[in-house]
Amino acid sequence: MSISMQSRRKAAIWPLAIAVALSAAALIALLSIDDQITLGVTLGVIAAGCVLAARFGAVAATEAAGADHPFVLRVLVVLAAIAVLIGLRNDNFGLLMVTTVLIYATVCIGLTIQMGYAGLFNFAGAAFLGIGGYTAALLGPKGVPDLLLLALGGFAAVVVGSLLLLPVLRTRGHYAALATLAFSILFNVFLDANDIFGGPQGLKLQGMVLFGWDFTNDITIAGYTISSYANYAILAGLLTAAAMMLTGFIDRSWIGVWLDAVRLDEVAASVFGLKIGRWKIAAFTIGNFFAGVMGALYAKMTGFIAPSNFTFGDSLTMVSIVILGGIGNRWGVLPAALIVVLLPEKLQFIQEYRFLLFSILVIIILVAWPDGLIARRLRKLEFARR
Amino acid sequence: MAAVFQHILNGLMQGTIYGLVAMGFTIFFGVMNVIKFSHGDVLTFGAFAAIVAVWTTSGLGLPIWLQVIFVFLAAMLVSAVAGAAISHFLIMPLRNAPPLNMLLMTMMTGTVLRETIRLFFPNGTNSQRFPELLPVGGLNIGGVFIRYDGMILIASGIASIAIVHWIIVHTRFGLAVRAVAEDSETARTMGINFSRTILLTFALGSITAGFAGALFGLYYSEINYGMGLLLAIIGFSAAIVGGLGNIWGAILGGYLFAGLQTFVVAAAPSMSDYKNVFAFICVIALITLRPTGLIAERKAERV
Repeated sequence: MSISMQSRRKAAIWPLAIAVALSAAALIALLSIDDQITLGVTLGVIAAGCVLAARFGAVAATEAAGADHPFVLRVLVVLAAIAVLIGLRNDNFGLLMVTTVLIYATVCIGLTIQMGYAGLFNFAGAAFLGIGGYTAALLGPKGVPDLLLLALGGFAAVVVGSLLLLPVLRTRGHYAALATLAFSILFNVFLDANDIFGGPQGLKLQGMVLFGWDFTNDITIAGYTISSYANYAILAGLLTAAAMMLTGFIDRSWIGVWLDAVRLDEVAASVFGLKIGRWKIAAFTIGNFFAGVMGALYAKMTGFIAPSNFTFGDSLTMVSIVILGGIGNRWGVLPAALIVVLLPEKLQFIQEYRFLLFSILVIIILVAWPDGLIARRLRKLEFARR
Repeated sequence: MAAVFQHILNGLMQGTIYGLVAMGFTIFFGVMNVIKFSHGDVLTFGAFAAIVAVWTTSGLGLPIWLQVIFVFLAAMLVSAVAGAAISHFLIMPLRNAPPLNMLLMTMMTGTVLRETIRLFFPNGTNSQRFPELLPVGGLNIGGVFIRYDGMILIASGIASIAIVHWIIVHTRFGLAVRAVAEDSETARTMGINFSRTILLTFALGSITAGFAGALFGLYYSEINYGMGLLLAIIGFSAAIVGGLGNIWGAILGGYLFAGLQTFVVAAAPSMSDYKNVFAFICVIALITLRPTGLIAERKAERV
């Protein structure tokens, strides 16, 4: 037996294609079925399919294919997104839900960089989302263009977040958790008490207008009409894709390796000459930027924001998404966000009990699968690979 | 001057409740290195058990002093059972999990407790009026109104802190707790029953939470299902600011937090809505200046 220096055979593409197609179909089905019994059966089928796929190695095959053929993966995801859009073209509620899921997922991708890569606890995800939202609500009426508004939302979150940098950098573990937790609470109390920001009643916003295109217009392509809500879904999808690609770049580059080193052993990392503080600041800043941008988009989409949209409970939901998806696994965030955001909305018969059931579900998953639903793979540093 | 004294009394009452909650956090952290975030909701459970006890005992026509005793007994018993159950079924199995998982799990357990009260307690969504059992009225000394019940409650709160401290410092069980906190491996080889000590420690900490819950109900005459969340966050802050694992630190942190809140209310009554904003900003600033708490745990880091 000799150590193989030649390149490993590339994984087959077809598991990836099937997985993406099935995911898109499942998404459309979940969103468009309203009958509770049919929905329950569909959920059961999807869950069984996922369990079987994991049991017989289909998930691993999909992951391998995705890693080996990044370009194919991107094309497939775009095709699936178009299919979902067409499938839901007249379903306003469905499109709204897709957008909300994408917004939550993107914030959680930011949290993945913070918590999964750099090991910084952040229990204020919803607060940073809110900072972006309030920035949009306050600057929007002043005539700031909407595209700039998204960026400013992100920058506002970064600036406010930078006030927390010192406590986050100087403390560790539970002490660091307290800094963001306390911030999350005081953000909410402050908004409730404040008149400039609308108090508990919140603020109203105009809809989005991008490059002269008013987001209240329906999209008409070759005689087909797609509901105006698709505008927000498309924009959210683009932003999610951008965040995903940036995060993927970070993960694959040396920065990802350095962040892993900082998370796993600070002392060892600094012995090897890494500037711990610098990489923590970078991770914290990028994550907050994602949250702020999505907050501005969220505010623009709903047209109304109030402190109750950005509570500590929402921050907790975001942390749950990150951990359920498998902490540090950016792809796991997507199905986790779907489950956490969508299920309580769709299952009306549990409406009243949804927080209770959701909390129990999270506890069960934490006890039974501590690594999350899709665990992050160990990094393989294959220098021999060409 | 009279007004200042009044504020100090209010601050003392709040600080006693915060200190009791923070003490639980710090005891749990000491023995298991975990933050049990559901602690505040265990307190709420105790407070609701107390209100049920009032309804039952006054329905039976028992004398007031007996009612008060039953109120505290019920609150402490229910909290102890809830806290011990959480420790046994959820915290012990997860004790080797990453701290983030544990933190999230206990936060979710807290949500389960909160929602259970909201959904299944009769009229649980609304605030419940807590009957006044302690003597109403008070002394008027030089313009300062001192509520009898406030005095009794502050005294009993401080007494309970002292009792817990005595248990931990002077009893065999306390010795076991300190041994486990110091080094659980060695404690086990010395014949200390680890899981029993942990269970009893969680029961003890939860008893103080139930006691604080009953105090809260008796003093503020109103309890609701969500009150545990803010109390947990304040208690956690107090324990952190004081230095996790240190009982005196937790109590100091509790009174400090109440002091900061009271300072805002006293100095600028129009800004009293912002008292928690100010207090939490101070908490963040304090942990920035002293990242291991005011009274730091003595330990060396192994590299």
